[in-house]
Amino acid sequence: MNLQLTPDGRLRHLLTLDGLPRAILTQILDTAESFMDVGEREVKKVPLLRGKSIFNLFFEPSTRTRTTFEIAAKRLSADVVNLNIATSSQTKGEAILDTVDNLAAMHADMFIVRHSQSGAAHFIARHVAPHISVVNAGDGRHAHPTQGLLDMFTIRRFKGDFHNLTVAIVGDVLHSRVARSQIHALTTLGVPEVRVIGPKTLLPTGVEQMGVKVFHDMEAGLHGCDVVIMLRLQNERMKGALLPSAQEYFKFFGLTAEKLALARPDAIVMHPGPMNRGVEIDSEVADGPQSVILPQVTYGIAVRMAVMALLAGN
Amino acid sequence: MKIHIKHGRVIDPMNARDEIADVFVAAGKIVGNGHSPADFHANRTLDASGLIVCPGLIDLSVRLREPGFEYKATLESEMLAAAAGGITSLACPPDTDPPLDEPGLVEMLKFRAKNLPGPRVYPIGALTQKLDGKMLTEMAELTEAGCRAFTQADAPLADTQVLLNAMKYAATFGFSLWLRPQDVFLSRGGVAHDGAVASRLGLPGIPALAETVALATILQLARETGARIHIARLSTRDGIAMVRAAKAQGLSITCDVASTHVHLSEIDLIGFDSHLHLVPPLRSLRDRDAIREALRDGSIDALCSDHTPVDEDEKQVPFGESAPGASGVELLLPLTLKWAREMGVPLIQAIDLISWKPAQILGVPGGNLSIGSCADICIFDESTEWIVTSKTLASQGDNTPFLNHPMQGRVRYTLIDGHIDFESPH
Amino acid sequence: MHASLPDANTLIAQLANAIAPSLAPDTFIVGIHTGGVWVAERLHALLKCAMPLGTLDISFYRDDFSRIGLHPQVKPSTLPFDLEGRDILLVDDVLHSGRTVRAAMNELFDYGRPASIRLAVLVDRGGHELPIRPDFVGLTLAVPKHQNINLSRLDDGHLTLSLA
Repeated sequence: MNLQLTPDGRLRHLLTLDGLPRAILTQILDTAESFMDVGEREVKKVPLLRGKSIFNLFFEPSTRTRTTFEIAAKRLSADVVNLNIATSSQTKGEAILDTVDNLAAMHADMFIVRHSQSGAAHFIARHVAPHISVVNAGDGRHAHPTQGLLDMFTIRRFKGDFHNLTVAIVGDVLHSRVARSQIHALTTLGVPEVRVIGPKTLLPTGVEQMGVKVFHDMEAGLHGCDVVIMLRLQNERMKGALLPSAQEYFKFFGLTAEKLALARPDAIVMHPGPMNRGVEIDSEVADGPQSVILPQVTYGIAVRMAVMALLAGN
Repeated sequence: MKIHIKHGRVIDPMNARDEIADVFVAAGKIVGNGHSPADFHANRTLDASGLIVCPGLIDLSVRLREPGFEYKATLESEMLAAAAGGITSLACPPDTDPPLDEPGLVEMLKFRAKNLPGPRVYPIGALTQKLDGKMLTEMAELTEAGCRAFTQADAPLADTQVLLNAMKYAATFGFSLWLRPQDVFLSRGGVAHDGAVASRLGLPGIPALAETVALATILQLARETGARIHIARLSTRDGIAMVRAAKAQGLSITCDVASTHVHLSEIDLIGFDSHLHLVPPLRSLRDRDAIREALRDGSIDALCSDHTPVDEDEKQVPFGESAPGASGVELLLPLTLKWAREMGVPLIQAIDLISWKPAQILGVPGGNLSIGSCADICIFDESTEWIVTSKTLASQGDNTPFLNHPMQGRVRYTLIDGHIDFESPH
Repeated sequence: MHASLPDANTLIAQLANAIAPSLAPDTFIVGIHTGGVWVAERLHALLKCAMPLGTLDISFYRDDFSRIGLHPQVKPSTLPFDLEGRDILLVDDVLHSGRTVRAAMNELFDYGRPASIRLAVLVDRGGHELPIRPDFVGLTLAVPKHQNINLSRLDDGHLTLSLA
């Protein structure tokens, strides 16, 4: 996507993994590798972004993601300002672009944006001045690129290479920006088989055109997988008449030890969090030896540091 | 005022004419074709050499935004814009504030429009009170006040009993119902065509089913009641096929599409530009191509602009929050010409879609250059190239997906009732 | 133009001889990537240093980040020891403006507070922009601004100096 890249092909904004060249994804993962050590030291800081102001513009509330970005920014020695537009009196208040313009006037260098509308980060990125970078922290159902990247980082850490893997994404792909970002990253990085598993009501129309194989039978879909990514199921899906109950969902699409055994014996289990234990994943599996769910969280800081460092340096 | 239009290429679909000829206008009527009437001394001579002279265009859907939405656009500005687009008659939907559900409001609108330069304004009345889909409006009274047909515009009418009654009532008097086929439940929450692009972009989708399911209901009820139905703004391949089949079975229906949907598709949504947020949504390439073909083979009867000026504030927000609609009354002609060029369709057939056919659908005079007809004439240069910008558009709505696009074809003169209501600065 | 440059390995041996007399046994040797690490490895062996070797990548501490961005190949820094209260021998291949050494010292201090830092460089080419001077130097050579003096490592591990 041209909007994300400078004329000479370097990263200017991170809005979506869709259309980013493999070289850039790899660059981010490699840079994140270096930042892993910073977290091990006593002084968990490097002075890379000192003097830069990073504004967390969260139109949709989230403590987890916002905290991770904040930690990452501070470890780069940047100044961080948190704006929870969701909680301030913003119903039909200040227009987004007015908010953005006001903050830009306060010498913002980077906006981390989370919004409930797909395309919101694109919208802001089109509007900001050339020296400001926008990082999409999640827009509607569309994209969550840093989550997709940290998931790739996790896979690379545990599996080494992407070229021989079979990866399954299980659950509510229809509503999931994480799943979309993961699919783009996996296909770009050369994973030969990416599967989506779920009931018809939870898979988007024409999802095959994103380069995935569709399964409605979880047991068939898990067969031979190296990586199993479980997505969170929201309660709203029952109310929206997409599913009858969490119980029935768990029976057919939840991950238990028995179902996991159908995947390869060294398969890893991932979940972008937060988990609904007993709905999409059994505690036995979530806490089991094949689960890499906790490490995923620590990788999130290094990956976000890498993204911010690369953007600020471009 | 006596006007002599010289040496233009006269294209008059109703009379199957396409020839270089002069046209003579007097007292608001066409008084001569080719040969000057006796004792004709022109007050004004228009040199139409190299230009096309055709019936004034008739646009079946132009939102004038009055009453109630004057911050988006005004009657004055939009009527002038329409005249600049070569439009001499237009139908305006009733979704104003308040909606056109009472004779008094219709009379006021007609009165206001009559005293302003610009096209003849034919209001389409609200089918239900307040457009709420529950209680019928006084269709006979509204017709007397000047409504040519009745519609819900984009407001839903989910209660099939009400729809059935509306059709029966209208059929009693021979009134025409203009219906947009969109099932309210299947389209709930959607902002884009439910297909591969919306899935990729994470935009809530409106499936083609929303149109075909509603259309099936409308066609069935129409068959039962014998009501005159015009299907407004088709968007799907399957929907077109259904209308084609219904026509073949002898059902009295007509249909139109918006000029945007002849050229754009869901692919254009990549980038999330809210100027592409339209109702009905832009659909797949297959749907678009079916529309283009159906216009050629006559399955679709007319093209309209579906002109919907939207305040820029309502577009400068993320896609899903934006107000849908595109401004386009001045683009109806060039977009029609573009389609004709690309499809190899003769000009006379293209002009038919925006003049004579809509005149028949609306049931109004005009749309032709017969002697004795009202002098509603459009004179345009089919080769003028121009770029669409807020400066080149007269409408107050700049919200068009064609902003900064090149267009070919521009109006030079628009005559309404024998007056030159628009003349391009040249 | 200069006459041919001395052999790098000879220089390193000379450097080791200069350092040996004052080197405390629990000193940590830390090399700065990439050339400094090669020199540090040799010194570490020649000086029979008992402590583990440390390496530093200063990419995150450079002062020219805003201008040139992040270096594409950031290697991890490895300091497999606690440098709190310890003596450090910082090693680089070429001392020029002094900014690399400043960045290295900043990074070291983010790991802890050493008791002392001494600097050993293979070549001091002049053009200092900061008040940083080596404690031990193999070769002092004024190199004009437009030229560069580089340490390279051949496939067989042999180190050589060249002028470009």
